[in-house]
Amino acid sequence: MKISKVIELINGEILIGSIDDSINFAFSSDLMSDVLAFVNEDTALLTGLVNNQVIRTAEMLDLRTIIFVRGKVPPQEVVNLAKERGMTLLITNFTMFESSGVLFKNGIEALRISNE
Amino acid sequence: MNSFITNNDGIVLKYVVGNDDFSIVGEVSSKIKNVLKQLNIDNKLIRRVSIATYEAEVNVAIHSLGGYIEVTITENEIKIKIRDNGPGIKDTKLAMEKGYSTASNKARELGFGAGMGLPNMKRCSDEFKIESKFGEYTELNMKFIK
Repeated sequence: MKISKVIELINGEILIGSIDDSINFAFSSDLMSDVLAFVNEDTALLTGLVNNQVIRTAEMLDLRTIIFVRGKVPPQEVVNLAKERGMTLLITNFTMFESSGVLFKNGIEALRISNE
Repeated sequence: MNSFITNNDGIVLKYVVGNDDFSIVGEVSSKIKNVLKQLNIDNKLIRRVSIATYEAEVNVAIHSLGGYIEVTITENEIKIKIRDNGPGIKDTKLAMEKGYSTASNKARELGFGAGMGLPNMKRCSDEFKIESKFGEYTELNMKFIK
């Protein structure tokens, strides 16, 4: 799904990045520990955390798209860190539940986690 | 002191990790990742090393009095050693259990402290060793086969 479509569905805004990028999978979490433990594909991250560690976590996993939910806006320092890494950042007033729900309903897939 | 040495054993990188500024946590892992990329190492391997290194860096910053990360890159493997200056772990077996955590509220606000770090490092690496002396230090040694 194109980022432009994502923006339309979550009634969001783009902070940096490209609306021509696309995503197929998404993972929603405020716990970066879990993102690091479970995300291993090129996945969009939905989170309500807006600190540097979100960008660092995404960087380590090669994630390119982050959607900040619940009206949270990352500070400029955080945006700059993401910009240097070529990431796309979106913001939305939707809750994490609604953002995830609307994307899932429109074909964005969930990750299957294994608890070995 | 950060250093970058090439010798017969391969390339050895050493980075100091502090424990006072949470906002810069991840910088060392980012630097390591960039070096690995420049060496044209397989992306999947880089990702595994990056996750483990970052988890370790977060741990040093959250739990320890500071320490260092040493990366050794040879023809066949990447070795990561993380050693801190204490205070050490009372029960390393308990610390390895998923969900066990002694992290502060500050760490939790940053999105960490779920008790997933050490098990995740073990998952990502091909060999994982943890050694700790309570009151003195913790040392992790991880090996990643190329």
